[in-house]
Amino acid sequence: MNVDEIKTGVVLDHIRAGKSMEIYHYLNLDQMDCCIAIIKNVKSNKLGKKDIIKIDADIELDLDVLGYLDPNITVNIVKDGRVLEKKKLRLPTDLKNVIRCKNPRCITSSEREIDHIFRLTSPEEGVYRCIYCETEAK
Amino acid sequence: MRHLIDIADLSVKEIDELIETANDIIENPKSYSEVCKGKKLATLFFEPSTRTRLSFEAAMLDLGGSVLGFSSAESSSTAKGESVVDTVRTVSCYVDIIAMRHPKEGAPLLASMSSEVPIINAGDGGHSHPTQTLTDLLTIKREKGRLDNLTIALCGDLMFGRTVHSLIAAMSCYENVKFILISPEELRIPDYIRRDILEKKKLEWVETNDMESVLGKADILYMTRVQRERFFNEADYLRLRDTFILDGKKMEYAKPDMIVMHPLPRVNEISPKVDSDPRACYFKQVKYGKFIRMALIMKLLEVSK
Repeated sequence: MNVDEIKTGVVLDHIRAGKSMEIYHYLNLDQMDCCIAIIKNVKSNKLGKKDIIKIDADIELDLDVLGYLDPNITVNIVKDGRVLEKKKLRLPTDLKNVIRCKNPRCITSSEREIDHIFRLTSPEEGVYRCIYCETEAK
Repeated sequence: MRHLIDIADLSVKEIDELIETANDIIENPKSYSEVCKGKKLATLFFEPSTRTRLSFEAAMLDLGGSVLGFSSAESSSTAKGESVVDTVRTVSCYVDIIAMRHPKEGAPLLASMSSEVPIINAGDGGHSHPTQTLTDLLTIKREKGRLDNLTIALCGDLMFGRTVHSLIAAMSCYENVKFILISPEELRIPDYIRRDILEKKKLEWVETNDMESVLGKADILYMTRVQRERFFNEADYLRLRDTFILDGKKMEYAKPDMIVMHPLPRVNEISPKVDSDPRACYFKQVKYGKFIRMALIMKLLEVSK
């Protein structure tokens, strides 16, 4: 199966097989009107199988969200048909309004228009906790 | 400007300094009677409390300051639907410092993000209660003479008991402190306290539901109430309420110099007969609470004698 190369845009490579739709939704790609290709279960030497997302537009992606979802994803910035930059992802220190606190006793459950902020408390284990009630993100 | 939201906001050195100031206030109360003259404290209590609110108010009055506030959400604009942020922004226009209790976890942290004056967390749900911890530390220091080389048994509701969580965090900073955690299975210490404090700091600790077998090892017995307001289910509360009751018979298992502490109010967990035992320290604890809050108010308002 062939999917055309993009001229200018972003290619998200080395997505764990089956995770591409989750990433598509977290990055709000469903709200964009440019051409986007989701390629699933591509053969990979590194992962066995992987997913790829190609976005045919020069856009700024929220790398913090991507880093939280999977820091092993490769972000290729493409310009004029060539890979201009490969961005390394890392676990972000803070996540703002990416995930929501599910603790019914947390102030986020009652206060209006409050930012849901989670902080990386254990980088080794990738544990994030709500800054208000310290509940662990699941 | 500093706030006190969690006991971890204070370094060990700062805690020791607060204890030192509180001790000096106890010895020389008159030299502190006007240090906060002209300053106002607001006590914003969105949840009922007798001890903590009155302790804060007495502390400010004894420093020569004045107090205002409310003692339940029903008597504030919250009843009209006002947000925590708006209430705090408004009140911080009138006063120099705010002590706040709220049933929702994290409310004082949120308040501190928009307040123009220092916020003191006077208890946020089952989460944190740093001034109770300071009270506990002052009590231990005064009654045991040290904060290190102690075995502390914590008994009762260790899951929702915020005083327990903060006390473990604070005591874990001192050398050679061992913990005995006594609770029913359903009210065991939360995973994050176990993993992030007890295991991470490689502390010596045991969990048990057999109170008698461990009492003889403790230098301090910290009793807690099973709190009705933390349960969504009344049946669970009633089932767990009377699991551990300290009475004269159980006190026979304890060391002669062990002290019994309790953040109060108590319900059934300590028999009133224990009150006359010289090892019972929970009413002294109440008294010490006012002095450490005086020291804290002075620190956050940056005033000295």
